[in-house]
This record gives sequence, C-alpha cells and structure tokens, in this order.
Amino acid sequence: MTGLLFLIPAALFLGLIGLFAFLWSMKSGQYDDLDGASYRALFEEDEIEREGK
Amino acid sequence: MDSMAVSKPENIPEAGGVEHFLVEGLHCPSCIREIEGTLQKNPHVRNARVNLTTGRLAVEWAGGNQKSAANNDEVIETLKNLGFKGHLFRDDPASAAGDREGRWLLICIGIAAFALMNIMLLSISDWAGTDMGTQTRGLFHWVSALIALPAAAIAGMPFYKSAWGALTSRNLNMDVPISLAVILSLVMSVIQTVTHGQNTYYDAAMMLLFFLLIGRFLDRKMRNHALATAHNLINYRPAKATIVTGNGRTEDCAIDLLDTDMVVRAAPGERIPVDGIVIHGTSEVDTSLVTGETLPVRVGEEDRVFTGTMNISSPLDIRVTALSGKTLLDEIIGLMETAEQGRAKYVRLADKAAHIYAPAVHILALATFLGWMIFSSVGWQQSLITAIAVLIITCPCALGLAVPVVQIVASSRLFKSGILVKAPDGLERLAEIDTIVFDKTGTLTLGQPEMANGDSIDPKALELAASLAKSSTHPLCRALIVACHERGIPTIATSAALREEPGMGLVATIDGQEVRLGNRDWCGVPAEVKDNNRYSELWLKVGEQDAILLTFQDRLRRDAEEVVSWFQSRGFDILLLSGDRPDVVTEVAAKLGITDYLASAKPQDKIRRLEELKAQGRKILMVGDGLNDAPALRAAYVSISPSTAADISQNAADFIFQSQNLDSIIRAYQVSKSSRRLVFTNFALAALYNMIAVPFAAAGYLTPLIAAIAMSSSSIVVTSNALRLNLTRLYSSREGADRS
Repeated sequence: MTGLLFLIPAALFLGLIGLFAFLWSMKSGQYDDLDGASYRALFEEDEIEREGK
Repeated sequence: MDSMAVSKPENIPEAGGVEHFLVEGLHCPSCIREIEGTLQKNPHVRNARVNLTTGRLAVEWAGGNQKSAANNDEVIETLKNLGFKGHLFRDDPASAAGDREGRWLLICIGIAAFALMNIMLLSISDWAGTDMGTQTRGLFHWVSALIALPAAAIAGMPFYKSAWGALTSRNLNMDVPISLAVILSLVMSVIQTVTHGQNTYYDAAMMLLFFLLIGRFLDRKMRNHALATAHNLINYRPAKATIVTGNGRTEDCAIDLLDTDMVVRAAPGERIPVDGIVIHGTSEVDTSLVTGETLPVRVGEEDRVFTGTMNISSPLDIRVTALSGKTLLDEIIGLMETAEQGRAKYVRLADKAAHIYAPAVHILALATFLGWMIFSSVGWQQSLITAIAVLIITCPCALGLAVPVVQIVASSRLFKSGILVKAPDGLERLAEIDTIVFDKTGTLTLGQPEMANGDSIDPKALELAASLAKSSTHPLCRALIVACHERGIPTIATSAALREEPGMGLVATIDGQEVRLGNRDWCGVPAEVKDNNRYSELWLKVGEQDAILLTFQDRLRRDAEEVVSWFQSRGFDILLLSGDRPDVVTEVAAKLGITDYLASAKPQDKIRRLEELKAQGRKILMVGDGLNDAPALRAAYVSISPSTAADISQNAADFIFQSQNLDSIIRAYQVSKSSRRLVFTNFALAALYNMIAVPFAAAGYLTPLIAAIAMSSSSIVVTSNALRLNLTRLYSSREGADRS
C-alpha cells in the first residue's frame, strides 16, 4: 500500500503537467488560427526571411 | 456606400503598435505568404501575420508608435496591389468580450478534464477494490475531495453565475438544477468522506461539469461565429469619399467629415457614397440594390443619385444634399429598426425545455425526500442523501448537450454546402416556416443582364459588336461578350481607334466604315421604332445600314423554377414582391408559376404585405438581396440573402448563401428540419433515460458507479444521435449538378 503514496502524487503531477501545457498553449495563441497553421508547415522559413528582409 | 456605423473616421493613435485589418478574398496558403512576405519588406512594418480562420491581418509597426492613417493606407494599398481588398478593422468591445468568455470556458474545460481524469483514476480503484481497507478508501476520498473542490469551484463558475442571475430575477433556467446537483453532490460527498461513508460522488459532479462545459463551449462558439460574421460585414464598408476641392484638385475625406454642398467624385465601378445631385458628368447608374429595378438608369446634370447605387460608365461629380443620418439609406435603416421591434421574441428550444424540466426535477427531489421521511424510518440524513441522488441522476447532461451538439453539426454541414448561419437561433426558426416570400432582382434572377435575342442575329454582326464591346466595362457589353462565348463567336478587340461617349456608346472606324454600338440616340434609330419596356437594349449601326437591335434581360437563376416548384409541391405559399416594373414581374411570376405577386413595391409596401401575412399567423421566410429588401428581411420570421446582397441586407439576414443556385435554400430548410427532429429525439432520449433512472434513484438503489455510467452513456447517445445529421441526403438541383 505504500506504493500508493508515490503513485497518487505521480499521477497528479503528470496530470498537472498536462493541464499547464494546455493553459500555456492557449495563452501563446496556438488556438487562434487553426486553418492557417496547416499551410504554414509547408512554407520554407528561410525563403520568407530572404524575401522579407 | 455608407455613412453610418463608422464612429472613428481616422485612426487615433493608441499605445501599442499593432493594427488589425480585414482581408477579403483570402483562401489559399499562397495568399498568406504573398501578403506576409510583401508587407515585411515595408520598413514601417516589423511583423505581419495573417489569421486564416478569422480572415484578419495583424500588422506590428516597427519603431514604437507608428500607428497612423498614412501607414494604414499604405498597408491597404499594398493589399490592393496583391489583389486583396483590405479594410481597417475596428475592434468591437462586444466581440472582444465574447472572445474572452470563450477562452475562459476553454480554461474551465481544461481544469474539469484534469480533475475528472484524476478522480476517475481513484474512483475506479474504489469501485473495483471491494476488499479495500477503510483507511485506504478514506485516503482515496480525501484526495478526490482535494482535487474536486477547487476544480468545481473554478470550472463551475459559468453555471453558478448564470443560475444566480436567473434566481435573482425570480426565474428558472437549466443552470439552476445543474448548479444544485453539483453543489449538493459535493456537499454530500464531503459529509460521507468525513463520516467514513461508502459512497462519494466527486466523479459524478466533475463529469457533469465536464460534459456541460463542452456543450456550453459549442454553443458559445456558434454564437461568436455568428457575431463575428456580422461584425466583419460592417467593417467591409468604405469610410472614405473622394472630394473635389475649389481649385479642382481631389483628395480623400472620411465620410463622417463630409458636409452638405461639398462636391464628391464617384469613379466608374464605385458605389456612390452620398445622396446628392449630379453637377458634372453623365453616366449610367445601377440602382438595382436600392430599387430592385434591373435596367441601369441614365443620369446627367441635375439628376438625384442615392447612397449605395453603383456608378457604371463615367465619373460623376455630385453635390452632397443629405448628410449621414438623413440619407435614403438611413431611412431604410429606420424602417428596419421599426420592423425589428415588431418581431416577436423567439424563445429557444433549450430554454423552453428548461422551463418544464427545472421545476419537474426539483419537485421530484422534494417528493423523494418527503416520501422517505414519511413512509420510512431512515431518518432525515438518509432521506436527504436519496433526494440528492435523484438530483444527480436527473443530471441535465443529455438535455444540456441536446441542442448545442445538433446545432454545431448542422451549421458545419451547411457551411460545407456554402451556407452561412448568422443567427444562432435561425435554424430553429427556419424549420417552422409555411410561407416563402421572394424578391426578384438578384434573388430569383442573377441581377445580371443576359442576351435575349442572340440566336436571331447574324453571327458576323455579333462578332463586329463584340470587337467594340470588348474594351468597355458596361454590363450590357459584358453580357454581349458572354453571349458570343456561348455561341463560339470569337471576341477580339478591334485594333482601330475607338472612342467611348459616356452614357451613349462606342464608335470606331473599321474597314472604312463607321461602326457604332450604344443606345438608340447614339445609333440614330428613327423615332418611329417603338420603345420597349421589357428589355435593356443596345443598337449596332454599321455605316449607313439600318441599326440592329440587341436585347438583354435579367436572367433567372438556373434552378429558380425547380426550387419554387419544390416548395409549392410541399404546400408552401410562395409570394413574389418586387420593386421592378409590373410587366417584367408578371412575366417572371408566370414563368415560375407564382400567382401571388406585387410589382413596383417600395420597402414600405413589402413590409405592409408581410405584416398582413403575419397577422394571419403565417411564419414567413424572406429571401432577398437589395437595400429595399432589408426592412422586409428584418420583419420576416426568418430570412436568407445571397452573398451578392447589399451589406445592410446581409446584416439583416439570418442566413447567407454563396452559390449561384437557389437550391441552397432547400438545403438550409432540409438541414433545419432534420436538426429540429434530432433535437426532439434528443429530448425524448433524455426523458426516457430519466424515466428509467429516476425510480432507481428515488428507491435508494443509486451507487456512484451507476451514476457515472448513466451520465456518460446518456451524453454519448445524445451526441451520436446528433451526428446522424451528417447522414441525411441533401437536395441538389439538377441544373446545379450539371453545372458544377
């Protein structure tokens, strides 16, 4: 039964990591543009950089 | 076209160097790249980012506070050069608050999900471990309490607030039983935990919150989408006019700063921004959006022109006579507001259900408590626990999800077939209609002229006419080109010198002969040739030969007849209310088999007819596009506009369809009808579930395990029932299928 003393906090800790990851992703605006992101993956980043500057 | 709704003509610099723009015509990945890449070359811009979901562009200025009208114009100009129409986006406090609320709901869902998963972990071992020691069980309960209490305090906020609001205004909504069930089950669980009892309901309370938050979030998302659509439409309006100053120069001026007697120049292809009198220039004006009249009207000096009409052929200088707030447009807006007040407030299905459900549940719980108190000797604690169990098991989970899930499935299905649901309750209202009122121009017809007598004219003559018409932007010339394409006649612009006389026609000398294309005066048509009222006309005169008449008429949408008869065969009354001339309207009505029609109808006439029908208890669907339809769109029970409609009309309408075909209306109706059916089956399922579960709970047989299973299974049943909407076959007109 002493295992529980480790396992329950471990489960809670992992859950909390998930919760904070979710809150962080929301705060950093990752849910703002759901349609554009799928296209942006196809751009060559350095190409935009070169065209841009 | 517009003079209202613009409160901030010039952008006032504020702290923070980010400006938002609306971009029209965004649809592909390369658009993002082009816009962002080009803008980043601009030294004033530090960063530009396009949001494809909202169709907005955020521009961060370089070097601190550089927000200025000049910079904004530069961005809009850049967008224009790339082929997009950009507008400065003015943030609306209401929609910003909506955004924040949506984010807050999402956070609540995250917290509830975290709490639910961890409590489930403990609860399942609790249910499975029948030989578990009292102390271990106690530990599990305490840990659960530690997670559930703070989580429920935060994640339940949206429900507690709404329930409190309802109670303080002496009302009952769905959130009252929800809040009571959550709070009471937590209180009971804490009592059980303290007294080392067997049954705790932490998991049930969290699950209830989790499922209901999802339903709430979907509902909010749908409403926000509708709001944002409407808000984007308002922002699409131009806020500027070109004024001609005393010394003949032109400059841009915000519409709000215009004054009477100022002179405004309207370029060809632009909407006239003011009501006024023409002081210089002759042109043709397309008034179809304002009056429903199909033919372009010729205007010259001293003629009156109205806001929102389109200048077709040549620049006009207009002296402003009515200021913003007093234009024809404002009159129409006034009519719309009156119409709005006359519209009965619609009570949504979910609210209707709540009005029956909430008292029923509370009476049931009370009866359970009293029953146990009177007919048994278990004492008040046990009676109370049983009563709370009833409240938990009647959890409005299924009811809370019943409507939003169906609506979100329905509106995404409609979106895929080119129909935008603007009003959140529009689908519910659309399902109840029994009468359909159509406008003619731009609704049943495409609002574009089509050649009527192309087959009876010598192809050689058409080819010659096309060689002149090719270089004009006049709508009739374009229709002529289209007619040639359809007949396989080549359309090559003549290389000879060509002159265009505004409001008259074109002339060129080809192979030594003077060729004229234009109106009857231009081509010297003898006065004894009778005027025709039915068609728009162009004349072609080659040398000294007799002029040839080319006639054009507004074309019916290809499936108009089919759609009208579809509705007629299902017992709907169809009306046609048009502002166009009687002989044209009569002809269209006869062609479509509509017996009830009204021609030359002003906006007031349309409303009066709708009011008469409403007085007879009819529920009317209004389909219209013009400014003159906007009040009627508001007055009707529910309304649909094509996406080519005037901005004001699009704002007034509950639905907007994008296709060239009218069958969108049938599809919208079908979807609304089946979603209504699904909502009712969902209610029935929820009721059935309660009928089975409540007796068990009232008899005291409810365990936390049963509660958890009942709750999740009822939610899953309701959701999968809603997904059946994707299986219904939608109507598609034969003509439409041929074309696309």
